[in-house]
Amino acid sequence: MSLELLVAASIALLFACGVYLVLRARTFPVVLGLSLMSYAVNLFIFVMGRLAADVPPILDSANATYADPLPQALVLTAIVIGFGMTGFLVELAVRARDETGTDHVDGVEPKDVPILPLATAAAPPREEEPH
Amino acid sequence: MIVDHLPILPVVLPAFAGALLLLVHGNIRPRRAIGIAATLAYLVVAVLLLERAIAAGPVVYETGDWPAPFGIVLVADRLAALMILVLGLIAVCAVVYARAGWDTRGRYFHAFFQFQLMGISGAFLTGDLFNLFVFFEVLLIASYCLLLHGLGAARVRAAVHYVVLNLIGSALFLIAAALLYGVTGTLNIAHLAVRVGELAPADQPVAAAAGLILFVVFALKAASFPMHFWLPAAYAAAAAPVAALFAIMTKVGVYAIVRIFGVVFGADAGPLAQLASPWLLPLAIATMIAGVLGALASRRLAEMVAFLTVSSVGTMLVGLVPGTEESVSGSLFYMVHSTFTVAALFLVAELLGARRGPAGDEFVPAPRMAKPLVLGTLFVVGAASIVGLPPFSGFLGKVMILQGTSANAAAPWIWASILGVGFLMLIGVARGGAVIFWANAPGAPGVSPGYASAGALLPAMALASAGIGMAVFAAPIKAYTDAAAGEVVHPQRYVEAVLAASGGSKAAMRKPLPAVNER
Repeated sequence: MSLELLVAASIALLFACGVYLVLRARTFPVVLGLSLMSYAVNLFIFVMGRLAADVPPILDSANATYADPLPQALVLTAIVIGFGMTGFLVELAVRARDETGTDHVDGVEPKDVPILPLATAAAPPREEEPH
Repeated sequence: MIVDHLPILPVVLPAFAGALLLLVHGNIRPRRAIGIAATLAYLVVAVLLLERAIAAGPVVYETGDWPAPFGIVLVADRLAALMILVLGLIAVCAVVYARAGWDTRGRYFHAFFQFQLMGISGAFLTGDLFNLFVFFEVLLIASYCLLLHGLGAARVRAAVHYVVLNLIGSALFLIAAALLYGVTGTLNIAHLAVRVGELAPADQPVAAAAGLILFVVFALKAASFPMHFWLPAAYAAAAAPVAALFAIMTKVGVYAIVRIFGVVFGADAGPLAQLASPWLLPLAIATMIAGVLGALASRRLAEMVAFLTVSSVGTMLVGLVPGTEESVSGSLFYMVHSTFTVAALFLVAELLGARRGPAGDEFVPAPRMAKPLVLGTLFVVGAASIVGLPPFSGFLGKVMILQGTSANAAAPWIWASILGVGFLMLIGVARGGAVIFWANAPGAPGVSPGYASAGALLPAMALASAGIGMAVFAAPIKAYTDAAAGEVVHPQRYVEAVLAASGGSKAAMRKPLPAVNER
C-alpha cells in the first residue's frame, strides 16, 4: 500500500506544480509546467498497468503474475511525442519573444498586474517602449 | 490487392507525399505539382473508400494483420468515409488556392499540408483510442506549423495560445485513455464498448470520469464553449488556404464526440449510456450564442467567419442531444454544409481583402473595388448559406436538426436558440457585407498580384457552390447521412464488424486477463 500511496502522491505533486507553473502566464514557466504535467501523465499511464515488482512483462504459464507491458509501450510513445511538442514550444516561445518583445503568453504586458518575482527572474531584459 | 488496403491509403498516401515534399528544394513548381497531384489522388481514394463503405458496411482494416483487440484497426464506416471525402474536397480547393501566393512564402507549406491531411484522416479512420491520440498529435503538430505559415506577430501570438492549450488537452487525453485502460484492459474502441457495458459497479465511476475527461478534450478541439476562445484568433490569423483546411479541424472534435460517445458510451453502455448528454445541451446552446455574439462584435471579415465557425459547432452539437437517428443525421448534414461554407468564406474574405487595398478585410470604408460582382455573389451565397436562409444548404441542415429535436423535452430551448442565433447571424453578416461592399472611400486600390487569377477564384467558387449543390442534391445526401446516423446510433454493427474481423471467438475476448496486482 505504501508504494501506491507514494507513487500517487508524487504524481499529484508533479501535476499540481505543473498547473501552477502553467498559470504563471510567462512562456518559460509555462514550458516547465507543461513538462512537469507530461511527467505526471507518463507516470500515471505507467501506473495504470498496476504496480508489480519483480515480475516479468510477459504472459507465462510458469508465473501467475506479470507486469503489464502495454502501458510501458504507451508511455514510450507519449514520451517521444511530448519531447517533440516541448521542443516545438520552446522554439515558438523564443520566436514569440522576438516578435512581440515580451515573454507574456498573450504577447502584451499586462498593464495593471504587478510582475511577480518568478516572472521577472524568467524574463530577459526587455527593450524600453517608446513614450 | 491494393483494394484491400484502401482504408489505410488516406493515411499512407499523404505521409509519403509529405516525406517526398521535404526532400524537394529549389523552385516551387515541382513541390506544387506533387502537392496538387497527391491531394487529387487523395480525393480519388476518398471516393473509392466511400463506395466501399456503402457497399460493404463498416470496412475494417487490421494494420500488420494483428487481430482486432490486440492490434490497431482502422474502421471506415459511412461516417468516417463521409468525413474523408469532405476533407478531400476541401483539401483540393485549399491546395489549388494556395497557388495564388501563400505556398511560396515558406519552403515546407505543401509538406505540412500533406502531414495535416495524414493526421486528420488517421483521426477519422482509427478504431483505437490511443491511436486516436497519436493522430491528434500528428494533425496538431502539422497545424501548428501551418498556422505559423507566413509568420508575423498576430500569428505567433495566436499560435502560443493554440499550442499551449492543445498540449494541456493532450495531457488530459492521456489521463483519460490511461484510466479507461486501467479499468477495462483495452484501448480498442469496439472492445471498449463491450467492456464498458460489463464493468463492475466499483469501476463505473472511474470509467465515467475518464469518459467526461475525454469529453472535455474533444470539446476543446471542437471549440465548444467555454473552450472556444483560442479559435477566432488562430483561424483569423492563419493564411486563407490554411484557415479553409482548418474548417474541418473543429469537426474532428465533433467527430470524436460522435464516435466515442456513440460507440463506447452509447446506447449499449449499460449504466454509463449517454454519459455526455446532460452536458451537451447547455454547452451546445452556449457555444451557439457565444459564437454569434463574437461575430456581431468582429472587426474583420475573417474574424467574423471564425466566430461563425464556433457558432456552427454549437448547432452541430445541439443535434446530437436527443441522440436519435433523425437528429444525428441532421447534425451530420449540417456538419458537411458548414465545413464547405466556412472554408468558402475564409477564401472569399481574403480575396475581398486583396481588392480593398490597405483596409484588407476590416470593416472600415475602403476605395470601391473593381468588378465586385463575382466576389459579391460568392459572399452572398456563403453568407446566406451559413445563416440558414432558404434555398441554401444551411437552411436544410437547420430544418433537419429542428425536425430531429422536435420530440425532445428540450425542444423549446433548442428551437429558440437555433432560430434566434440564425437571426443574429443575419444581422452580423448583413452589417459586414454592407461595410465591405457599400461603404466606399475615395481612391482606386486595384488587386494584389496573384489574387485576380482564375486559379484563386475557382476554389472559392467551387466551395461556395457546395451551398447550392447540397440543396439541389439534398435527397441523396440526406439518405446517406441517415444511414451514417443509423450506424452511429446503433453501434452494434460497428462493434461486431471490428471484433468479428479478428476471427477469434468473442467469448474468449470477453474473458478478463488475469489480474496483475491481486496477489
